[in-house]
Amino acid sequence: MGTILRLALQSLRSRAFTSFLTVASIALSVTLLVGIEHVRSGVRESFAGTIRGVDLIVGARGGSLQVLLSTVFGIGASSTAISYETYERWAEHPAVAWSIPFALGDSHRSYRVIGTTNEFYERYRFRQDGRVSFAQGRAAETDADVVLGAEVASRLGYTLGAPIVVTHGLQGGGIADHEANPFKVVGILNRTFTPIDRAIYVTLGGIEAMHEDFEQAPSAAPVAPPAGTPSMPGAEAPPVMPGATPPAMPGYEPPPGTPTMPGAQPPVMPGATPPAMPGYEPPPGTPTMPGAQPPVASTAPAPSAAEPDADHDDDHADHDHEAEQVSSFMVGTKNRFEALQLQREMNTDLVEPVTAIIPGVALGELWQNISSAEVGLRIVAMFAVAIGLTGMLVALYSSLDARRREMAILRAVGAGPRTIVSLLVIESALLAFVGCVLGVLFVYAILTVGQSAIEARSGVHLAIRALGATEWKYLALVLGAGTLIGFVPAIKAYRTSLTDGLSPRA
Amino acid sequence: MMANAAPPAVALSNVRFAYRPGQDVVSIDTLTIERGETVFLHGPSGSGKTTLLGLLAGVLTATSGSVRILGQDLTPMSSGSRDAFRAQHLGYVFQQFNLIPYLSVRENILLPVRLDSARRAKLGGTDPVKAAESLASDLDIASALGSPVTELSVGQQQRVAVARALIGSPEVVICDEPTSALDSDRRERFLQLLFASCQKAGTTLVFVSHDFSLQPLFSRTVELPQINSASALIAKEN
Repeated sequence: MGTILRLALQSLRSRAFTSFLTVASIALSVTLLVGIEHVRSGVRESFAGTIRGVDLIVGARGGSLQVLLSTVFGIGASSTAISYETYERWAEHPAVAWSIPFALGDSHRSYRVIGTTNEFYERYRFRQDGRVSFAQGRAAETDADVVLGAEVASRLGYTLGAPIVVTHGLQGGGIADHEANPFKVVGILNRTFTPIDRAIYVTLGGIEAMHEDFEQAPSAAPVAPPAGTPSMPGAEAPPVMPGATPPAMPGYEPPPGTPTMPGAQPPVMPGATPPAMPGYEPPPGTPTMPGAQPPVASTAPAPSAAEPDADHDDDHADHDHEAEQVSSFMVGTKNRFEALQLQREMNTDLVEPVTAIIPGVALGELWQNISSAEVGLRIVAMFAVAIGLTGMLVALYSSLDARRREMAILRAVGAGPRTIVSLLVIESALLAFVGCVLGVLFVYAILTVGQSAIEARSGVHLAIRALGATEWKYLALVLGAGTLIGFVPAIKAYRTSLTDGLSPRA
Repeated sequence: MMANAAPPAVALSNVRFAYRPGQDVVSIDTLTIERGETVFLHGPSGSGKTTLLGLLAGVLTATSGSVRILGQDLTPMSSGSRDAFRAQHLGYVFQQFNLIPYLSVRENILLPVRLDSARRAKLGGTDPVKAAESLASDLDIASALGSPVTELSVGQQQRVAVARALIGSPEVVICDEPTSALDSDRRERFLQLLFASCQKAGTTLVFVSHDFSLQPLFSRTVELPQINSASALIAKEN
């Protein structure tokens, strides 16, 4: 057998170019197949590991996906807030060991500003046992402290001590910047490859303070600098309440095409507040703020945010930065078995309707929804493998005619037809094997070279790890199919060598 | 079996062969070649030469009759045993294109002993590479041993084929028009080397050619058309 293996190798080498092309086509298809699987499981792992160790996530009454997406992934927003009293009531529930409240809805240069407590830095877990840790600085303690996710810090180039101006709502425009209330960076988190990297953390009081100042000094808006300018010209703005009439805003020029002139709007638009700004929601019962915020996806500047706050009752003026509401909160139970019961209790509570979800279950549901695309990818990859193997079949089969003399020589020196069959099968198995090896090496090469780029672009951490069971199964499949395919030319050669004997009819 | 001196190298009796039923290509009542003989098997094309050689080599099976090589009847053997028998006891030289192009000269010569352990055993402990080198120097191709076969002249290629047929000292070597691609000078030289090597190894040589001018060099001549009563039919077919 050693001789036949050596013969097969030398025979393949003698047809180096064809062999190379065959191996390359198999290698590329294996790269596709294994690469897709690798990325898929990497994304899935990264996805499933976004949040760990939390038993329940609780948001205002709504769909479970909505709660998950807004709380864990920072996508969309929860429609309404939960009153702080309700949050406290649940936080003090006997089954609850700890809880992390979140107040969402503000942004800084399109990164979300999230108000939370120290529990977040201590309790939040992701992947195996990933903890929130500081690259620099410390947690937010006062209402002016800001902690940056790793990506925010690196993209925006902020360092400790940098002042931050927060925009109301989620758009990147600067008109609604809370210039009057500059925050200061006190901490930068280590990279986690979770949505934490793309968020800015303040205290719950910080979120409230932001709103109060905004409400008191909207005059800053008319002279707001272009988006992203971190300077604070608004600080010099006169503390004049511009009032509800357009003439009071001489400096303000809405961009052409802006659908709503602030002054043109009726002073009261009941019910027009969109769900995008739960943190800014007035307390229940308060007349709804006029000047609807543009929806989250809007890229237009926010003229309406500069809306004079004519009828907004101004009772935050005492600068008592007490949180009045949270968007959602995470709960860790004392005993995990109580989580289900607690969930039921929360979901059926009549005082304030909330939705409590189990993160693992909701993540699984979400993954189910988005994983159908992967089936398509896998089918494409399978076809690529089929094409690669067919290429090999064509190459081997078409070489047979030229090799009839070779077969006759082998028969003359005593090789049986079975030897000839094994020679050809070994050749195709070798091609498939080398193709598999190269394909896998290629995957790792791409991962090694492209890892940081993929992380930077997608925020998905693709671990360079050993091949998983599925990948081995694919490789075995390719190798097995490659070997089986070798039997097609081999059987043809077997028949030919039987009829040709020692004298191939040329 | 080898120790038994009695059985002739080749003994055919009442051999019939047909590719299609009823159309005999070979029909030989008797043909006996003793050990150590150098036999010139002469026949024009279409006289059933190739088929006869296929029968002798055990690649084809006689429809009826017995083909005994070294006393062993190949006809009832399984194809696997015939392959093994051929590997062990037979050398074969083709008209041309004897060599596997992707192997070096040395590897081509070594092929039979590498593929078959019984043939390797016949080297009697001699290192196969040494045996190949010794044969190559006898056949005057020692300098070409490391070369790819594509760089050799036709004459050299044929001598490499002879070296391969002779390695491991098989009892019978069959040559199928090995000189037809050589000019007359080289043909003479080739035959001298072939005879010398066969003599040295005590090998029985069955040499097939349509070139009658070579006939005086052999110990015996067999006219194929005279012993093959089916040859007329083949001539017609061709």
